[in-house]
Amino acid sequence: MANAPSRPLSPHLTIWRWGPNMAASILHRASGVVLSFAGLGILTWWLYAIASGPQAYDRFTAAARHPLELVVLVGVTWSFFQHLLTGIRHLVTDTGAGLELGINKTSAILTFVGAVVLTAALWFYFLGVAK
Amino acid sequence: MSLGDSSTPLGKVRGLGSAQHGGEHWLTERVTSIALLLLGTWLIASLLLLPQLDQRTLLEWLHAPSGAVPMALLVIIGFKHALDGMKVVVDDYVHEPGNNFVTNLVMLFLAVGGGALALFALARIAFGGVA
Repeated sequence: MANAPSRPLSPHLTIWRWGPNMAASILHRASGVVLSFAGLGILTWWLYAIASGPQAYDRFTAAARHPLELVVLVGVTWSFFQHLLTGIRHLVTDTGAGLELGINKTSAILTFVGAVVLTAALWFYFLGVAK
Repeated sequence: MSLGDSSTPLGKVRGLGSAQHGGEHWLTERVTSIALLLLGTWLIASLLLLPQLDQRTLLEWLHAPSGAVPMALLVIIGFKHALDGMKVVVDDYVHEPGNNFVTNLVMLFLAVGGGALALFALARIAFGGVA
């Protein structure tokens, strides 16, 4: 920049104090990036596996059961629910509602709790059903 | 303004202002997010309602229009929303005009290419035989 100001500019994680609100904001962005690459990548891979027949699909589920791959899949699922819930929160705050300090903090915490609960519930179901 | 800088304040800011497209981009991000809220809920609900999650069941699910059409919309709108979101991220962190242009170009090609791959896999499922 031509005349760089010495004051801190947003986004500036090293200067902002961590709190639920800013964590929700940066997690929305991070989970969006995860979904853009890993999420859509796995969705595409999954569609090809279904299109390519039972043997190809077995290879997909076998790969999905590898601990490392499972971490990626659970991470993508968590990103999905975190982005979905902070996304709803963003749509609400876009209307001008829910910006009061207390409500804003509570809704941020609710997105963290909701994302973890929904991810856990879905994976308990998947690991039980898709033997 | 320092000595030797002959440009006027108006001359400095010309061409640096809004491109008049920000509002449309912002609104498109919101509209696709609401569509993905519905389609994402549809995807999770469908996976929970399917009797099994083997290749045969998934193939029949996505072979029928009731599965193929929402999945096609999820792929198209998902890649569009990812592209819009990644543009915000790239524009926030990649400031040098040349790098910014190239990074956004790579994102565009990845989104269009990835979306085309996913749609081709889905087309094979939807229009192929259920053997």
